[in-house]
Amino acid sequence: MTVLSYMDAITLAMKEEMERDERVFILGEDVGVKGGVFKATQGLYEQFGEERVIDTPLAESAIVGVGVGAAMYGLRPIAEMQFADFIMPAVNQIISEASKIRYRSDNDWSCPMVIRAPFGGGVHGALYHSQSVEAVFANQPGLKIVIPSTPYDAKGLLKAAIRDDDPVLFFEHKRAYRLIKDDVPDDDYTIEIGKADVKREGEDVTVITYGLCVHFALQAAERLEKDGIDVHILDLRTIYPLDQEAIIKAAKKTGKVLLITEDTKEGSVMSEVAAIIAEYALFDLDAPIKRLAGPDVPAMPYAPTMEKFFMMNPEKVEQAIRELAEF
Amino acid sequence: MAIQNIVMPQLGESVTEGTIEKWLIKPGDQVKKYDALAEVQTDKVTAELPSSFTGTIGEIIAQEGDTIAVGEIVCTIQIEEAVVSEKTDTNVPKTIEHVTAISSEKSMKTRYSPAVGRLATEYQIDLSQVEGSGASGRITRKDIQKIIDMGAIPRSALQTTEQSTRVASQQAIDEVNLKADSLVQSFSTGDVEIPVSGVRRSIAKNMVTSTQEIPHAWMMMEVDVTDLVSYRDSIKEDFKKKEGYNLTYFAFFVKAVSQALKEFPMMNSQWHGDKIIQKKDINLSIAVATEDALFVPVIHHADDKSIKGIAKEIHELAQKVRNGKLKPEDMQGGTFTVNNTGSFGSVQSMGIINYPQAAILQIESIVKRPVIMNGGMFAARDMVNICLSIDHRILDGLISGKFLARIKEILENTSKESTSIY
Repeated sequence: MTVLSYMDAITLAMKEEMERDERVFILGEDVGVKGGVFKATQGLYEQFGEERVIDTPLAESAIVGVGVGAAMYGLRPIAEMQFADFIMPAVNQIISEASKIRYRSDNDWSCPMVIRAPFGGGVHGALYHSQSVEAVFANQPGLKIVIPSTPYDAKGLLKAAIRDDDPVLFFEHKRAYRLIKDDVPDDDYTIEIGKADVKREGEDVTVITYGLCVHFALQAAERLEKDGIDVHILDLRTIYPLDQEAIIKAAKKTGKVLLITEDTKEGSVMSEVAAIIAEYALFDLDAPIKRLAGPDVPAMPYAPTMEKFFMMNPEKVEQAIRELAEF
Repeated sequence: MAIQNIVMPQLGESVTEGTIEKWLIKPGDQVKKYDALAEVQTDKVTAELPSSFTGTIGEIIAQEGDTIAVGEIVCTIQIEEAVVSEKTDTNVPKTIEHVTAISSEKSMKTRYSPAVGRLATEYQIDLSQVEGSGASGRITRKDIQKIIDMGAIPRSALQTTEQSTRVASQQAIDEVNLKADSLVQSFSTGDVEIPVSGVRRSIAKNMVTSTQEIPHAWMMMEVDVTDLVSYRDSIKEDFKKKEGYNLTYFAFFVKAVSQALKEFPMMNSQWHGDKIIQKKDINLSIAVATEDALFVPVIHHADDKSIKGIAKEIHELAQKVRNGKLKPEDMQGGTFTVNNTGSFGSVQSMGIINYPQAAILQIESIVKRPVIMNGGMFAARDMVNICLSIDHRILDGLISGKFLARIKEILENTSKESTSIY
């Protein structure tokens, strides 16, 4: 066991997979000599050389497009988006090409590719450096979307994503990079994509969430424990396709469900989770399904007070759980 | 004088605790409102802790270096009465009002969540009798779960009635059936009114219970007892002389039945709602008729007894019935009934099961009939019909048929050579 930051776990996962399989290579803006703007690829250029850690022009459509072609010809590219906010020029390559090629070619072609992108706010990044864009992609069969919350999950899931024979969008909360530290085993392990994980067992209120919000929920749960409120926390880990079985089980456990996302509320991933619960667990519900999410405004504001208003935090989570517990 | 608490304030967003760096006062010091009491350090800032009151410092609870959660008491302060009363005037009644408002507010009492509704239906819980612990008196899923776990399920009066209905309805049915005729009857001259005696009433009640509750099914088999008849006839006189009572055909039949019951224990069972109980003992009830009543004394452990032993017991029980000396224990514990309908000349009948047993067997008259034998010849044979009534909840045609066939086999193979009566 080694204590690793979320960032270190991601770097290590890529390093190990590149050592394990020479088809794996990285491409993205400043991923090479600079080691990435967040330093996620630090040391990899030196170890694997410019052929396998490729600095690209500032053109996301090209980064993903090249990745799709390379993947179809048998390589295993890891494409880095500098910020998830910048993924939009590559949406066509991701949705219409990468996600569809297996179906379109009747299994003749596939696209074993990972697209990594730092997302999320709370870092004074404002509009272009704070967005949560997962909902844009979360209804594209053929695509998988993974958002780990801990260094352990990040390493195991990224390795599984690299070995996956189909495209995986891998979103990393940028505020988690250095904030979240965790024991990570030194051995070569992977975590199955598509499986949610119970991060805390509880009896009173079920919280279902993903990414950084898992930690807000854990902190809130710890405080609420003193008041006798026992919180059950399910970390989705894969937000598309969803682990329906785990969601239904967690919802039935307490009958009071709080869904949390940092994304804006309407049409978020949590809307789908709420629908699954309503569809399959209605007669176990003891309270209306509650969603805690960002306000439906265009972007994370820059002004610190307004950013705080928009951003999720343990106090908001605690308050929402308390309301449900008392209902 | 009154004592007020000074608590750790929230010294910034997401700050949950603060460390007392240094106390700026000591117990007994006079302080004014907003005077600094201590220096407090958080992971974000170092700030002064201001006094919320004017008064005298009482006890210092948090020591320097202690880390105290937001909202916890750090020290106490004694304040002037005047201030207190002022505080009381504005704050206390408000609080009381608030508390009352919460406790009396029951607007959610009858708004049930899907989970509560489902559990209440499943466990037949009368929700009007449940106290809700949720907001505004709402009944929560946990409230219901607690009730279910404790097993103290409140039911509505209606449901309670339904619960006891099974017992009560049986009585009601009996009453109605027993009384029914008298309600509609019209008397004509010369009609005789016979009051229903204890025994008659009890027969009526048992017959009604049996026919109301048990789904009866019937089956009959023909048995050739020519050999049995000649065997019995050959030793009849001798037996009477030696033993002093008759060796009846019926004793042979009872023996054959008890033997077959041993091999088909399901015939020797009882219906108990959610289970069937197979009885270990084979206690055969035998119907003994008098002029005006019917008794069913019991041959206990019939499988332990020889034909002679059974004949003796039948004789004794019949004597007791005729002399009115039958005791209650003579009639208890029956597990299967054999009815000697043949003694009335009957050749076919459909018995009503002796509740709560599973079946009753009617032994009809032995009659001489022409029968086609192996090889196509006619012969005059002693034939008897045995008629079985079964509780179709417990028994089906297949097992009943096998049971009857086994009795038939035993009886047809009863002869001087193969069977001893002792």
